[in-house]
Amino acid sequence: MSLNRVVITGTGAVSPYGIGVPVFLQKLFEERSAVKNMQAEWSQHIEDLMCYVGAPLPEPLDERLIPRKFRKTMGRTAMLAYFAAEEALKQAGLQNDRLNNSRVGVSFGSSTGSAISTEQFFVEHMRTKSARTLPSGIFFQVMSHTSAANIAQAFNIKGRVISPNSACSSSAQALGTAFEFIQNGHQDIMVCGGSDELHVTTSASFDMVQAASFKYNDQPEKTPRPFDKDRDGTVSAEGAGCLILESEQSALQRGAPIFGEVVGFSTNSSGVHMAHADVDSIVACMQEALNNARLKPGDIDYINAHATGTLIGDVHEAQAIKQVFNNIDIPVSSIKGYFGHTLGASGVLELIAVLEMMKTNRILPTRNLETPDEECKGIHHIQEMQTSKLNTVLKNSFAFGGINTVIIVKRYEE
Amino acid sequence: MTDQEITERIKNILIEEFEVNEEIIKADANLYEELELDSLDSVDLIVALENEFQFKVDRSRDEEVLRKMRTINDVTSFIHSKTGD
Repeated sequence: MSLNRVVITGTGAVSPYGIGVPVFLQKLFEERSAVKNMQAEWSQHIEDLMCYVGAPLPEPLDERLIPRKFRKTMGRTAMLAYFAAEEALKQAGLQNDRLNNSRVGVSFGSSTGSAISTEQFFVEHMRTKSARTLPSGIFFQVMSHTSAANIAQAFNIKGRVISPNSACSSSAQALGTAFEFIQNGHQDIMVCGGSDELHVTTSASFDMVQAASFKYNDQPEKTPRPFDKDRDGTVSAEGAGCLILESEQSALQRGAPIFGEVVGFSTNSSGVHMAHADVDSIVACMQEALNNARLKPGDIDYINAHATGTLIGDVHEAQAIKQVFNNIDIPVSSIKGYFGHTLGASGVLELIAVLEMMKTNRILPTRNLETPDEECKGIHHIQEMQTSKLNTVLKNSFAFGGINTVIIVKRYEE
Repeated sequence: MTDQEITERIKNILIEEFEVNEEIIKADANLYEELELDSLDSVDLIVALENEFQFKVDRSRDEEVLRKMRTINDVTSFIHSKTGD
């Protein structure tokens, strides 16, 4: 059976730069930092936190733009997802009447349901010892598949709804799963991506396992520092990203805009440690994605790294890249130095940046990478904006739980 | 409390908490078909009414009445019965 080709026909972004893809790309390509000092807010909730840097949305979310009928079951995580999906659907030219059938689905993940709603739930429950004083919509805000389910209901989508909740790999797995659904003919169009809101407990989770940045609280723009010798951990951020994946046939029939093609996907487990991946499993994941795409390492023009600025993770990724792309000079950069780690949204938001790099033939450098760590050497780090023709890009995305995901995208050619 | 006073307070709840358009609110308007409340809203409406009128619904005893409640007039009658006015 021949597999369907899968193309990208819409993009949507809510990021620490603001609402929408245009502001995301504009500020990102101006190489601005969106990382802020969060001490005034976070120290009220947790007194012994070391990390006081984060990348929140720069403006309040205008929740009233979402009809109340749908908003009442959405916490912040799902609202971020809603705005990203709305933008992507609009760009793809998909109206309600086109979504209302079983060939259109949703594949959208997040690390957890809304942390803000979860806090509200337990605080109120413990205060009142009652199950009746909370709004009825709160369970739907807290449940793990809140983003996927709320998108499906709000946009009247009738096909498959699936929600990979694999923390920082959520959106990459969501894209890969949707890619396979379309390749295999189960769905024609998938609304894909991921979202996560910023909450003090998110940062605390990284802080607890000594993976959060804490030495740059007074110079937030200097962290995270992927691959740098002075990196000290990651910076939690919030956002949502959405891609519309579609069979080539459906896109051509509709006359939809095509921004790129997904050609390879792989996901696996390290099987060795809950808190991080290891070199061998990352190597295996990248090799499997290349096999899946029927490509050789030399076919890749650029690698968009997962590198979050943690001490261990960045070394493992650099060593794995070195091993797979042995002696082949392929540019590598991570863009987490600009707007932190958007967790469940990171894979898809960073892919939207990759699509822009492919469109404009520019490679964003790794912000804050001043001196590559000895253990991260041996790969071609990009430290200044570079002009380069990009046809095929490999994107890494890893997560707590020892989960690795790799997506390969190509410039679309008929 | 007169029926009119109760109805006004119910209308305010519908406008403030349920964002129902004031222009379509009438005493005999169907809560679900005309004002577009749904099953989740009906749960939240009871809690809002309990807070507004300071009474407690007994779910097992009041179930039949709650299930048949369709219009603002029905809600007004229910509040009357619960508050003793």
